[in-house]
Amino acid sequence: MTTLIDILSWVLLTLGGISVLIGGIGALRMPDLYTRMHAASVTDSMGATLVLVGIMLQAGWSLATIKLIAILLFLLFTSPTSSNALASAALLAGTRPLAESKQDRGGAQ
Amino acid sequence: MIVIFGVFLLTLLVITAIAIVRTDNLFVAVMLMGIASLLIAGNFFILDAADVALTEAAVGAGISTVLFLSALALTSERERSKSSRRVLSFTVVAAAALVLIYATFDKPRLGDPQAPVQTHVAPWYLENTPKYIDIPNVVTAVLGSFRGYDTLGEVFVVFTAGIGVLFLLGIGATPGALPKEQDNEGLRHYLIPRLVGRLVIPFILLFGLYVQFHGEYGPGGGFQAGAIVAAGIVLFALIEGERRALAVLPQRLLLGFMAAGPLIYGSVGIAGIMLGGNFLDYSPLSSDPVKGQHLGILLIEIGVGITVTGVLLSIFHAFAARGR
Amino acid sequence: MELLGLYHYWVFAILLMTGFYAVIAKLNLVKKLIGLSLFQAAVFLLYITMSKVDGGTAPIFSGAADAVFSNPLPQVLILTAIVVGISTTALGLGIVVRINEEYGSIEEDEIQEIDRR
Repeated sequence: MTTLIDILSWVLLTLGGISVLIGGIGALRMPDLYTRMHAASVTDSMGATLVLVGIMLQAGWSLATIKLIAILLFLLFTSPTSSNALASAALLAGTRPLAESKQDRGGAQ
Repeated sequence: MIVIFGVFLLTLLVITAIAIVRTDNLFVAVMLMGIASLLIAGNFFILDAADVALTEAAVGAGISTVLFLSALALTSERERSKSSRRVLSFTVVAAAALVLIYATFDKPRLGDPQAPVQTHVAPWYLENTPKYIDIPNVVTAVLGSFRGYDTLGEVFVVFTAGIGVLFLLGIGATPGALPKEQDNEGLRHYLIPRLVGRLVIPFILLFGLYVQFHGEYGPGGGFQAGAIVAAGIVLFALIEGERRALAVLPQRLLLGFMAAGPLIYGSVGIAGIMLGGNFLDYSPLSSDPVKGQHLGILLIEIGVGITVTGVLLSIFHAFAARGR
Repeated sequence: MELLGLYHYWVFAILLMTGFYAVIAKLNLVKKLIGLSLFQAAVFLLYITMSKVDGGTAPIFSGAADAVFSNPLPQVLILTAIVVGISTTALGLGIVVRINEEYGSIEEDEIQEIDRR
């Protein structure tokens, strides 16, 4: 049983690490602010969730698991909000997306 | 063996530090400083310093970023001139770095239990904390009781910095002088940050209280709690506008907080004298000396937390009011 | 094993000198304050590196009979030092804001130019 849990948490931690790596490569290689943010959000959502669930499996039924669940909830609430705030701030500052069409430009210029 | 991970974090830290110095956009430099603080906090945790990691994360990555950004909003964002005396500075700096690296070869090995620093006073503290003070967190015991005089000085330094900034930048306009309450103050028109912020702020304040009172049983204490509570209220001020934040915690109350910390701390010290002991001796505070120590540490940590909250919030409001 | 500890101290030396270079070579006042912050962080790293004990844990009693603890004393010193560092940085930023209001710039050579006139 413990071997199964160990293997499962190994798999989850490795997948989490790969998600963070993908997010990092995306944040470097994407052409535009908005696409870079989209790539970096993979780090926050997939990476954090997989790593935290992997650690929770190792912690078993203890107080540490409840604290980890609280951390996961907090991260899931705040990181999309900060991406939203960042995108709003970028729009306000005048950074236009790379792939916008003529009808996008019509409204808020 | 977990110290191996420290090598990776330290390499990232050096790269970040060089990037901070080389960039000429100050906004980018401040953001990179937040990252550097977080890397240092991670390193502190790997080196078994849990309290210090918590403080560095809360103060360095949290409050320091806010203060620098408020100052950047009042001055310019870009560094205009080129550096001066580059070759001379670089030579001096490189020579000093080489001398320091040469000196590090004489240091004891990392983690050596027989190093002089580990055999002098530390074993005494580790043995006698259960006997005299009986709280699990040795760092809080040393900070609050064995070396309480230093912490009193530190509270006074925080208080002085708060007074200094208020002298320089002024207390800010009284609420009556603010323009009429406008509908677009703060981030009111942005639904998502406002909603999630209002959801999260009570939990931030609750966590600050938890950290304050659990400083004796785990990592925590007054300084970290003050920084966390101040960060929560700064978030409130950013979302709801400064008028609302000043209505919730008016400036007079913040001034009272600033002064209350050293007052509480000094009073506990003088109470020790009046009850028959020395200055900052907590044993006479109760019939059982160990209970007296608990009571003393609790009271001074409350004083420290109140002062740090008041000072950080006053400084934030002083910077924010200057731009009006 | 020796190299691991030496690496920590070398990073301390490089970080110290990077912060110091920002203080002496850059002309922007806020950049100097940022360099000073880096300098302080390097000193903190030195002290906490010195306090680590092999096989130790954080100095919090948790009921285990014969646990080895890392040295608590440098941690107390650095806790104090971090808070003092942020207080002095805040005061420095207040001074920079006032200088900007009086002189109109925060670059050292422009300020000295205005002073000379």
